[in-house]
Amino acid sequence: MNKVLFGLLLGAVLGAFDGMTAWFTPQVRAQLAGIVIGSTVKGLVAGILIGLFARKVHSLALGIVFGLAVGLVLAFIVAQLQHGYYLEIMLPGGMVGLIVGYATQRYGREAQPLRT
Amino acid sequence: MKPLTDSAVARLQTDMQLPDLSGTRYCVIRYLARGGMGTVWLVEDTVLLRRVALKVLDLVSPAEDVAERLLQEARILASLEHPGIVPVHDAGTLADGRAFYCMKFIEGHTLAEHVAEKGLRERIRLLERIAEPLDFAHVRGFIHRDLKPENIMIGAFGEVLIMDWGLARVGEQPESGTSNSSRSRQGRSRDTLQGSILGTPGYMSPEQARADSKVDHRTDIFSLGAILWFMLTGEAPDKESSVGLPRPLRAICTKAMAADPGERYSSAGAMNADLAKYLTNAPVGAYRESWFERAGRIYARHRVAVVLLAAYLLMRGFFILWSRR
Repeated sequence: MNKVLFGLLLGAVLGAFDGMTAWFTPQVRAQLAGIVIGSTVKGLVAGILIGLFARKVHSLALGIVFGLAVGLVLAFIVAQLQHGYYLEIMLPGGMVGLIVGYATQRYGREAQPLRT
Repeated sequence: MKPLTDSAVARLQTDMQLPDLSGTRYCVIRYLARGGMGTVWLVEDTVLLRRVALKVLDLVSPAEDVAERLLQEARILASLEHPGIVPVHDAGTLADGRAFYCMKFIEGHTLAEHVAEKGLRERIRLLERIAEPLDFAHVRGFIHRDLKPENIMIGAFGEVLIMDWGLARVGEQPESGTSNSSRSRQGRSRDTLQGSILGTPGYMSPEQARADSKVDHRTDIFSLGAILWFMLTGEAPDKESSVGLPRPLRAICTKAMAADPGERYSSAGAMNADLAKYLTNAPVGAYRESWFERAGRIYARHRVAVVLLAAYLLMRGFFILWSRR
């Protein structure tokens, strides 16, 4: 599996899981579907960006830093839209970005050149 | 008259063995080692002004075909051009009638000397580098038949070389049958050695010990397993000395040293592949692991990813508990 697809899938899975944990918070349980969809889309976007970065830059440290940054920025945007919950949204978001950043550098196949 | 001391007798014996290098481009510097068929001398090549090793047949040869066997060894080495096989420069007969061949002088240590100061992973990587030239020889139809730690040299630059191909012979090629080049040499080399037990106990396969005429390249796989065992335990192959040896590695040794050649690895490359899997914490083909062992191996292989995921889950759990306060 190439790095972009791997990042996309991992981001989506972790994003969906992240969203589903909102079920444990009774105050937001009514909006669970929207939270899961939003979190999954956020994970997809983060996964694609981090996967593309991993395809261009082969550095574990830079991959982790980039993943963390993308996760934090996307989570910050979501927290801004929610007008709150910065810590609860940004910390897991940053962590998901960090994991995807590490995983796309460590795993995932390099893109193969086209054969003519 | 004073009796001769042991050291004086030994020196006289060495002097008697001194090869007559008149008419050649070589002059003796010193004695290096003794093999089954002859003596190896460090000599100076007076034309190229370099030091080379000269293997010379013993003065009193027990059998007439020994000279032919020495030349056969030189021909085998000459046909195996590989960084892990010592290159031959010259071969012929000296003025005193003794056959010789000249090869690269390797300055370094034997495997037995070298391995003591190495860690487990380095030892395994070293064995992989022994298996590579062996596989190369097998694919070309040659069997070494005397692999042991003393016949493996580690050069000054860390190069690994398989030495002493004196017992080597042309066998069946493992996959593609016998090539034309090896077939042309096959008759000679087979005839001289059939029916006699040649090899080193402990590193010699059961079929070779029985002087079985159907010995093939898998006899070297047995020896390779025995060498791995030696490298990992520091002792000659013995099932009692495996304490502390990781089970997958023990299984690789056991498979390589199976009494039935059919149960061994089909090639040195296949054994190498299993060792490479062990080094990368991938499942080893020779060993069926338990679920617990599999979990441990997967954790060892993906330690950072597992720790990151665990940290994420812990953090999530903390937030859930915090939100319920």
